[in-house]
Order: sequence, then structure tokens, then C-alpha cells
Amino acid sequence: MALLTGSRGLWIAALVIAIGASGPWWLSVYILGVLTSAYYFGVFAMSWDLLFGFAGEVNFGPTFLIGLGAYGAAILNSTMGFAIPICLVFGVVVALVGGVLLALPALRLHGPYFGLVTLVAVLLLQNAIVIFAHITGGEIGMTVPDVLSISANVNYWYAFGFMVVSAIILFGLSRSAIGLILQASGQDAIEAAALGFNVTKHKLAAFCVSAVFSGLAGGMLVFYLGAASVDTVVDLSIAVQIIIAAVLGGRRTILGAALGAIFLLLADEALRPLGQLNTFVVSAVALAVILFFPDGMLGYLLHGREQ
Amino acid sequence: MLALQILIDGFAISALYGLAAVGFTMIFGVSGVLNLAHGGIMLVAALIGWFVASSFDTGPFLGAAVGILAGLGMAYLTYFVVVRPIQRSRILPAAEHEIFILTGTLLWGIMIQVLMNYLFTDNPVTMRPMFPGVVNLLGVRTPRNEIMIAAICWAVIGLLWLLVNRTRAGKQLLAASINPRGLTLLGFELSRIYLLVWTIYGVLAGLAGVLLASFLGVGSANAGQLTASAFSIVVLGGLGSVSGSLVAAYVVGYLETITAYLIAPTLRPIPALLLLVLVVYVRPQGLLGRR
Repeated sequence: MALLTGSRGLWIAALVIAIGASGPWWLSVYILGVLTSAYYFGVFAMSWDLLFGFAGEVNFGPTFLIGLGAYGAAILNSTMGFAIPICLVFGVVVALVGGVLLALPALRLHGPYFGLVTLVAVLLLQNAIVIFAHITGGEIGMTVPDVLSISANVNYWYAFGFMVVSAIILFGLSRSAIGLILQASGQDAIEAAALGFNVTKHKLAAFCVSAVFSGLAGGMLVFYLGAASVDTVVDLSIAVQIIIAAVLGGRRTILGAALGAIFLLLADEALRPLGQLNTFVVSAVALAVILFFPDGMLGYLLHGREQ
Repeated sequence: MLALQILIDGFAISALYGLAAVGFTMIFGVSGVLNLAHGGIMLVAALIGWFVASSFDTGPFLGAAVGILAGLGMAYLTYFVVVRPIQRSRILPAAEHEIFILTGTLLWGIMIQVLMNYLFTDNPVTMRPMFPGVVNLLGVRTPRNEIMIAAICWAVIGLLWLLVNRTRAGKQLLAASINPRGLTLLGFELSRIYLLVWTIYGVLAGLAGVLLASFLGVGSANAGQLTASAFSIVVLGGLGSVSGSLVAAYVVGYLETITAYLIAPTLRPIPALLLLVLVVYVRPQGLLGRR
């Protein structure tokens, strides 16, 4: 871990940010588009990792928070016509309220029960979207009148900047006292509580942070794509992809989750010639990583160095 | 009239839900594994059974038999490729095995689903009914197939009860679910018991898949939904409790049927999901759970 926090880590980070930010000058528009989505996915995966990797709770419903943020922002924009920033803030508030409503009772549960409740939350949201089709567009989805930008470069910078800022905040949080307490309560909740830490309060805080970033990323993704639909922000397959990305990149690293997401979406594009089977190959690779390198890509890199 | 129709349809669908969930809950009870590839395994049984029955003109019974075998094979593969390596892994801390089995079987389930989608497309398929014809049951015209499916489900559940409670191997299963360490100390090998429970699970999941294909029809897009519904039924009834799962299967089956008939078919899954959330909050151990 010293690799990521020392002054050498700062140099590496600066280099990565510089290379990433200069993308539009040397990448094709097509790759820029793929990366733009991948960066939003990276934020999804990082906020999931905060909850799973640190707090030790399997959240099968990251798309519940993402979907609330995305649809909250999209509905305000299409019905009231407010400016994008206001809609994004509204989306975040919706995701936060929904997240707290879900988490307050759900955090009394552990392991599979928590997982199931979050899974059911996604299914209920999906059903609600279909039932209120006159506002949400139902299964087809809805278009939003405003978009972030029509320039691929500007969109890329928005997404990249957003991911970098989120990564800094989430990574900082995970290295702070709060992150350590979360990690402790994930590994042994009873002992953490015996040491005097309020486990539930910290987990709730983690859930809220996760909700804010997921909701904001979901809203921004909608204004990048110009549309919100169940298939892009709510469906369980999206949740699964987020989980794969975080595990692939390395749990408990935050940055690894973003790395995993970018790798996953690029691999998905590279394997496109395989047609339907590309998901098969990607899942198989993720399964192999789980079985043989459970620490993920970044975890393997870091632990390899330490030994 | 409508009430009777709901009673009959609900009974059949609930029996099928129960059969599908019993194996799922047994694996959890005996080895603590939540198999999220469950829907995928049912899917394999259903699609291969349908494929054999329809393209080789073997008739529905041989097709069903091949389908069940395919489900069993898939269950073994799941155990040996995904579950056992994680259970025996030395790199992973023991406390994290559960979380890794969840993610591992989830990935495995997706692989199965995508592969089935690739081989058989995502069009839902319906097997030719094993028992054609219609029976007039107190004025309600009911397909004979539906009645027979409910009967088969209950016969198999009855056999399972006999196996668990009346045979030596079954008692070992029971003992393993109560206290695995005690059983090992008595000189029984746990891995053999795990293998047995996965065999039972494979047969049950395969049979449930085949019957589902013959009753409602199955497509590769259903795999996630099948896993989610088995998972909810099992949690509703109490993880690891077989009788709880059966009760929960009937609660969910009837709730869904009543909603579909009286309110709207599109709202079908919602009341059951809400009930599940409620029960999990108020009584996390489920209806008949032990903890």
C-alpha cells in the first residue's frame, strides 16, 4: 500500500491523470466514447467497493442508487426543464433519501439477508419504472431534452474529471479513520463495536457516501447519453458488471475498482467480434481472477511488491 | 368459479416453486452455500430437455429424463469448478468464503445464461405437455398436465422426506446441517455428504427446470428471475429450513396468482416482493427459520 500513498504514489497519480486528461489529442472519437462511459462505470464500481470491500456488506443493488439518481435527474429535467446542475443535485438527493430509507432497516441485516434486500430493492424499482410508464417511459426509457455537451472531447473531460475527483475523495475517505473503522467492522463487527465504535453509524455513512456518488454518476451518465432507460442504469446485469469490475480490479483498493471498470468496458469492446459470447469470456476471466487471484489486479500488484 | 380457478392454478405453481426452492435451501442448510447459479442450472435442464424432445422426436418423457441429467451434470460442474475450490481455498480468509461463493456462483450463473442464450437464442420455449388433455375439475377446465405436475412435485418432495428422515445417508445430511464438526468427529467424511447433497440438489433443480418448461415455458432471459424467486422463497421461509421453504412457496405462489387474476398480470411479482421485504425486516430468520 505504501506504493499508493508515498510521494512516488503522488508522481504516478499525476502521470496517470496527465495521460488520461490528454486523451482527446491522441485517441479516436470512438475510443473516447467508450472511455467516457467507462469512467462513469468506474465511479459506480468505486462507490460499490466502499460498501463491499470496506464495510463487508454485499450490496447486490448498486443500481438501485444509480437508478434513483439517474431517473430523479431525468424526470426533473424532462418535466420541469430545470438546468442540468439543479437536476443532478435533485438526483443526488433522491438517491440519498432512497439509500437511507433502504439502509436504515437493511443494515440491521447481514450477509445474505442484506444482499437479498438490496436485490429486491432493484426489482421493485424496475417494476415501479414500468408501472409509472407515463412519466418514466417504462421499458423503452425516456430521453432528456438537455445534454452535458455535444462535443466528444468535452464529454470525455467531464467524465474523466468527475472520476478523478471521486477517486480522490473516496480513496482519501478509505484511508481516513472512518475507512479504517469501516474495515474493522467489516472484518469483525462485534470486536469493532466492543472497541467503542458505532458500527451501524459508520456503515450508514458509507452507504450515504456510496449513494451520493452513485446517484451523481447515474445522473451524469443520463445527461451524457441523452436518455435514461432500465437497461442502462437499473437492470441487474449492470449491477453484476459493477460487481465484476470491483472484484476484478481488487477489493479494498477503491482505485482498483475504477481500473477494473475501465478494463472491463475496454475488454468488452475488444471482444465485440465474438458477438454474444463476449460476456461469457469476460465472466470467465472474472471467475478465474476470483479463484486464483482473489485480491484482484491492483491487489495482486501491490501485494506482490510487498512480499 | 374464479376462486376455484385461483385455488387450482395457485396450487400447481406453488408446488413447482416449492420443488425448485427445496434443493436450494438444502445446500444452504448442509454446507452454507447460497448458489446464485440456481436459475442457470434450471435453465440448462429445461432447454436441453426441450431440445432433445423436440429435435430428436423422442417424446416428452425421454426429453425430460435427459434434461434432468443435464441439470445434475451442471450442478456437479458448479460444485467442482466454483464452490469446492473456494471452500478449499487457502488464499482466501475463511470469513470471506461466503461472499466469494456468492460472487463466484453469480458469475458462473451468468456464464451459463450467456452460453444458453448463444446456443438456443433467448426465445422462451415450451415443452410438449407430458400429459395432454383437459380435465373438468368441479367446473374448472384444467390441463391434465398442470394437475400431474403438481402431483409429481409433491411425490418427489415426499420421497425426499423419506430419504432424509428414514435412511442412513439422509440422517447424515440432517446431522451435517445441525453440527458439521460433530459429524466429522464421529468419523464421517463431510466431502461425501456435500457430494450427496449436490446430487440431490441437481436432480431437484433439473426436475424443476423440466417441469417449468412443460408448464409455463422458459427462456434464457429468465435465469436471473428464477434465481431471485428461489432466493426470496428460501429467505421468506427461513434459510436452511425445508418445511419453511414449502410454506413460503405457497405464500408466494398464491400471492402471485391472486394478484395476476384479481388486480393485473403486470403487477404479479410486486406483492410477494413487498411481503419479503417486510418479513425480512420484522423477522430476519424467516417464517420457520431456526435462528
